[in-house]
Amino acid sequence: MIRSRLPWVSIFILFVFLMMAILGDLIAPQDMYAQNLMKRLEPPVWMEGGSWAHIFGTDALGRDILSRLIGGVRTSLAIGIIGLLIGGGIGGAVGIIAGYSGRYVDTIIMRLADASLSCPMILFALLLSVSLGSGITSALTAICMVIWAPFARVVRSEVLVIREMDYVKVAQISGASSIRVLFRHILPNVANTLIAFAGLQIGFIIILEATLSFLGVGISPPTPAWGSMTAEGREYLATHWWVSVIPGTAITITVVAFTLFGDWLRDRLDPRLGRKDWHPS
Amino acid sequence: MLKFLIRRTMQSLVTVFLLFTIVFLMTRATGDPVGLLVPPEVGAETVAHVRQNLGLNEPYYVQYALFLKSILTADLGTSFLARRPVMDLILERLPVSMILAVASMLLGVLLAFPLGILSALKRGRKIDSCIQIFGAFGIATPQFWIGLILIQIFAGHLGLLPVGGAESWRHFILPTCTLGLLQACSMLRILRSNMIEALGTDFVALARAKGLSEARVVGVHALGNAVLPVLTFGGLLLASLMTGTIVVESVFALPGLGRLAYDAALFRDYPLVQGVVIVAGVIIIAINLLIDVSYAFIDPRIQLDNS
Repeated sequence: MIRSRLPWVSIFILFVFLMMAILGDLIAPQDMYAQNLMKRLEPPVWMEGGSWAHIFGTDALGRDILSRLIGGVRTSLAIGIIGLLIGGGIGGAVGIIAGYSGRYVDTIIMRLADASLSCPMILFALLLSVSLGSGITSALTAICMVIWAPFARVVRSEVLVIREMDYVKVAQISGASSIRVLFRHILPNVANTLIAFAGLQIGFIIILEATLSFLGVGISPPTPAWGSMTAEGREYLATHWWVSVIPGTAITITVVAFTLFGDWLRDRLDPRLGRKDWHPS
Repeated sequence: MLKFLIRRTMQSLVTVFLLFTIVFLMTRATGDPVGLLVPPEVGAETVAHVRQNLGLNEPYYVQYALFLKSILTADLGTSFLARRPVMDLILERLPVSMILAVASMLLGVLLAFPLGILSALKRGRKIDSCIQIFGAFGIATPQFWIGLILIQIFAGHLGLLPVGGAESWRHFILPTCTLGLLQACSMLRILRSNMIEALGTDFVALARAKGLSEARVVGVHALGNAVLPVLTFGGLLLASLMTGTIVVESVFALPGLGRLAYDAALFRDYPLVQGVVIVAGVIIIAINLLIDVSYAFIDPRIQLDNS
């Protein structure tokens, strides 16, 4: 087994983005909502005509791209983390219950998981956006509907193994209640798998949110989100590429950092996950 | 074998049934489905008529039965916008999406296998790191963004390829590359892990000890065992492929099923979006069933796993 080194670059990038998300308005050079039609589509500072006032230039409404990028970090990370906590939490809980109770409870839950894995979830998100209206609620609902099933599957297969361990049997025989066995003996042992899997999934959640926002069914404008910023710049791609390319690059950098960090976490905590690592949505 | 076939088919039927139930609940969860199923501009008479047809004045179980009946008779309602049966619209657009899905899956496999095997064989070396970073970027870059960049370069600057529509095979090149890249990178990552695992097993060591050629050891003994999980995963990728087609078709203005659903959502054409969800879901479940069944013929261990 090759010992994997700490992914310092990823950790550094994630730390910087996290700081940007926490500090937000405090470090944003301009008001991220302020429009200025006199200064539409100004180029970034390193190009001819750019100025230090707008380091990454301005968008079609004259808003400062750097400031909106900082606002977008907050959106992405917040949705990523909240989505992971709710969706992963539901999936993890359901997976433990399925694995531990077995029989028909297991069958029902796993068939539900299959059903939700076989649905193209973006379609569901579109459906939700029509029925609920687009916004954070539909985006988060769609994200949770996507990610609970993979979590449930992975956790369930872990529990199936742990359930047969001697220490679980001993606890059961000595009269421990199901709740106690679940929380004291099984949960701590699936924690590693759960954390490693979460590390692998958070990048996908961020991409999913960006995709939903890009399609106009995620975060609604004018709230800054990287996906919708990329979509807004689409029309100007040929002449003013930076409006679209800069937020797009930000998404890629964030998700690459999360992916490499997640890979490291997996190698540390549960290397077997690599063989069933997969892409939801 | 027959028992496995029957059980697996039953499972798929249950899944299809659950899919229908979820869709049904979604129309009801937001309150009165008439608001979703009838265009806003029609009069009270039509609304009353629709209520009657859907049985909305009846208890829920009757409504549910009517809903199932209409799906089973392939009646998915009428699109608000096109004023045509949803099923016809879907059947018109399906071929474009199918071509896109199959082509990008092929491209994905063609890229993933050589790279994944190479990466596993050269584990820990420079080339492995390069392939792994390529894989990480491939799954981390949003498809809409790859699409926009490809359009910019190949259609914009170089003017080599057309964008928009599906008139010729050249219209499919950029969308296929966009979609194929993600497929390739996700498969590549799993293939690498499984190859590394297989290369460390006793039977590979034995094959080497017997003096078999390296090509045979890697190609037959290791790959043969590493490939199944990757192919099962390929089935799971189908759902993500469908998601991808929505994004890619809307970026490249390719008139497929995804574009249809996207436009329908923009115009709040609920019956049409619902129809696409149902059809796409059933197709994915059916293909997964086919994949599982064909594996059972190839690999006897699968039947044992499931029992």
